[in-house]
Amino acid sequence: MSWRKQINKLEFNPDRAFKNMTFVMAAIIPVVFCLILLMLIWESIPSIKAFGFKFLVNSHWNPITDEYGALPYIYGTLASSFLALLIAVPLGLGCSIFLSEIHKSKLGGYISTMVDLLAAIPSVVYGLWGIFILGPFLSSTIQPFLGQYFGFLPIFQGPPMGLSLMTGGIILAIMILPTITAVSREVFQAIPNNLRESAIALGANKLETVKMAVLPPAVSGIVGAVILALGRAVGETMAVTMVIGNRPEISGSIFAPSYTLASVIANEFAEASSPMNLSAIFEIGIILLLVTVVINGLARILIWKIASKNQIQ
Amino acid sequence: MENSEQKSNSVARKIKEKIFLGTVMACAVLAVFPLVLLLGYVIIKGISSISPAFFTNLPAPVGESGGGIGNGIIGTFMIVLIGAFFSFPIGIFGGLWLAESGKGKRGFWIRYAVDVMSGIPSIIFALFAYVIFVLPMHRFSAIAGGFAVSLVMIPYITRTTEEMIKMVPRTLKESALALGIPEWRVSVSIVLRSAWNGIFTGVMLAIARAAGETAPLLFTAFSNMYWNVALDKPTASMTVQIYTYSISPYEEWHKLAWAGSLVLVAFVLTITVLVRKFSKRITYG
Repeated sequence: MSWRKQINKLEFNPDRAFKNMTFVMAAIIPVVFCLILLMLIWESIPSIKAFGFKFLVNSHWNPITDEYGALPYIYGTLASSFLALLIAVPLGLGCSIFLSEIHKSKLGGYISTMVDLLAAIPSVVYGLWGIFILGPFLSSTIQPFLGQYFGFLPIFQGPPMGLSLMTGGIILAIMILPTITAVSREVFQAIPNNLRESAIALGANKLETVKMAVLPPAVSGIVGAVILALGRAVGETMAVTMVIGNRPEISGSIFAPSYTLASVIANEFAEASSPMNLSAIFEIGIILLLVTVVINGLARILIWKIASKNQIQ
Repeated sequence: MENSEQKSNSVARKIKEKIFLGTVMACAVLAVFPLVLLLGYVIIKGISSISPAFFTNLPAPVGESGGGIGNGIIGTFMIVLIGAFFSFPIGIFGGLWLAESGKGKRGFWIRYAVDVMSGIPSIIFALFAYVIFVLPMHRFSAIAGGFAVSLVMIPYITRTTEEMIKMVPRTLKESALALGIPEWRVSVSIVLRSAWNGIFTGVMLAIARAAGETAPLLFTAFSNMYWNVALDKPTASMTVQIYTYSISPYEEWHKLAWAGSLVLVAFVLTITVLVRKFSKRITYG
């Protein structure tokens, strides 16, 4: 009996071979991820050794003296992403509430298609548009207006500038809008209709239905959508690099130019002057990778949670 | 007394509802604005520089008119083809494995890795491709760019393949097995074949996405002013050309950037709209 099993094992089995082949293909994906992580760590060892934890809190980035600190980039990434969320979250949520709760029609379908198409436009085109259309528009109209009437707030101080944190934030807001609307629309659609019907039966109007029946069960899904969008905003490279001004300064004003983690890799990597400079850029890559992985992991968990809850119901 | 209070209460409710409806409607209208503005400007600013020569010429030096993006179009085509070469087998067979035998712990972790990969900024893939290809070869190359782009494509293809295969009815597979067809033939000729239309849409979206990527190419494929079809040489691409033209100080180059954007957007949106038309199930994840 046992020899038969052994022969069976030795024999070429196309089924098993095919299955193993497909498994190897699938397994390449986590392997590549681990390789990316290891490679980044390996390449940034000199920088980690030289600067240690100070890398995160030092705000000087000076290739001439070989002294590197990532704080301005971390600040720029956080500030531009936060600005983008501030604009895109209310807009996207309002839009998806309108599309899934108020106005379900053909027109609504067109609107959601148009918002979704934003996701398909290459980021370099956003950058081009930001440099020549949005930036000049902001610096000639919106920024002087804000400076004149709200100039007492530190975030609106300083001369108007086309290539600024504000332009970067708005471009990012447009780019993450489709993520927020698409995911939150899905979340709203997953909410069982009997919740809405119960609210209506209590005499609730549309606003009250949304407040009572739609938003509370959707909260975790919406938070997931927002975090997913944050991940996009943090990782977005080209459009931001083109419009944010690329100056490693920490300024309180959104009119001032700034710099992000992704942009410094895009701009400086090819021109890195010393091995330490290169290593520091790789370390920036690690920060960027870890931040986006954590953000995406959180978002997935939240969205999975709501998806599985609805399956049970 | 009570009656009037009730009345004012209901008026307040109505006003609140009206404000709410107005706000969400304004949001929906505002959300459409960016696409209209973006496409409008790209068309208006780009159309004047489009001519047959634009598609066939090399970029012109500063000061000369009549430059084109011919080499960029070829380069983008090459890079996407290389990306497809790396990503198709991994994405399609990997997705097949996930759908057919990815129920256990291994499946969970691989699926998780696919999700994680789809969230990694593409500039990180460029760093990876730089270390793997550019450092050993000592020069920028189309193959490095294609490899970086393939990492962008893999999660798309894997995910759509898995979803589409899961939609193939079990009965179809079982009846094929009952006929005595070997399992691997069933996977290839029945399961993959019947899911192919859906997989194809994912593949097309991945191609559209890859053609629009700039960040993974900056220091992998780099750029090239001349024609190049060699896999191991620096290669121009439409996106990197648009990038360098748009941050340059020259008016003529800005025009080329707009025209290049028009071509690129037309290509990407055509694919996306066609795919959406044929399959309503695809979402941008």
